[in-house]
Amino acid sequence: MTKQTSTKALLALTLAGGALWGAAAQADEDAQLVINGEIEIVTKAPLPAHMEEANMDAIYSGWLFRADETQQTQMDDFDNPGMIFVDQGMDQWNAVDGSEGKSCASCHEDVETSMKGVRAEYPKWNDNAEEVRTLVMQINDCRTEQMGAEPYGYTSGKMANMEALISLQSRGMPVDVAIDGPAESMWAQGKELYYTRTGQLDLSCASCHEENYGNMIRADHLSQGQINGFPVYRLKNTKLNTAHARFKGCVRDTRAETFKPGSPEFVALELYVASRGNGLSVEAPSVRN
Amino acid sequence: MASGVKPRVKAPKTAAAGETVTIKTLISHKMESGQRKNKDGSAIPRSIINRFTCEFNGQSVIDIKMEPAISTNPYFEFEAVVPEAGDFKFTWYDDDGSVYEDMKSVAIA
Repeated sequence: MTKQTSTKALLALTLAGGALWGAAAQADEDAQLVINGEIEIVTKAPLPAHMEEANMDAIYSGWLFRADETQQTQMDDFDNPGMIFVDQGMDQWNAVDGSEGKSCASCHEDVETSMKGVRAEYPKWNDNAEEVRTLVMQINDCRTEQMGAEPYGYTSGKMANMEALISLQSRGMPVDVAIDGPAESMWAQGKELYYTRTGQLDLSCASCHEENYGNMIRADHLSQGQINGFPVYRLKNTKLNTAHARFKGCVRDTRAETFKPGSPEFVALELYVASRGNGLSVEAPSVRN
Repeated sequence: MASGVKPRVKAPKTAAAGETVTIKTLISHKMESGQRKNKDGSAIPRSIINRFTCEFNGQSVIDIKMEPAISTNPYFEFEAVVPEAGDFKFTWYDDDGSVYEDMKSVAIA
């Protein structure tokens, strides 16, 4: 199904000589994402400075690449099935767990104030631990060190719930991941992974998400692979999906042996991919197909 | 016994007398069809919401019989006329005998 507006947008782009969107592109570049009629989401932003060499004109949220119906589902929190999992995350937030008799709320109190802006900066260098930490690593550090509880599985449902709850508090704020200072070497490692071809199909992340976004790969409409909307509710499996689970799926699709979720390689890749979205709004929990 | 079941309703708090309002409902439920098999090859028992009703001041607005092919977290959106102030009562019936209820009051503006 092609929208009239997208045809127009496509024509305009072609005339401008920047025909980056393939003939099969369905995305309506001019669509505006406003959630609950009040939260304005930036779905198109200028290239971050570190991406000047990339073969792209701007960065686009994956939301722009989805069908009308899927887009609309994300525009109202009651319609967004991802919010079910946010509710479950809220129950977890208030639930006492572990040997210390604490819940998340015991220290962090109101999630709406204490976690505001957190998601926008992760993954982030942690001075005490001297490592780059993803939000997932930080949540599990709290669970094991502060609560005396078992860590959540890296890509488990409970972890996705908690990530979604925390990410929601930053919704609408621009992604702002630091790539300099102590995080730089890990960021560089992530960049190398992004551009390294793997698997029997010999594909890198860039093969699809930089060189061919907007084109169809069989029945799938390729996005830029931005992770500003993660964890994402996918219609195909009716649950929240985490960034590392998606990385694993993508690497598997190149027919390579994948890295493990939570491995240093995927943490580096998450840092790099997140930095490619610097300037887009945090969208989680987003809705995709 | 289904776990994580939570009903949700979005309805306006006020309406004009005789106005038609839109009501959205969603219940989180895994809606296990009974036709899937687990890793051992044995069937996973059916566990679905089999009926959903909405009443306004005791009068039936909608009464839905649900079948195993309905997907997880069933969502219904429908319209109802509000003739007077009163309460919408929503009821979901689970295969396991559980009944989940929610109530929304509408005032006349």
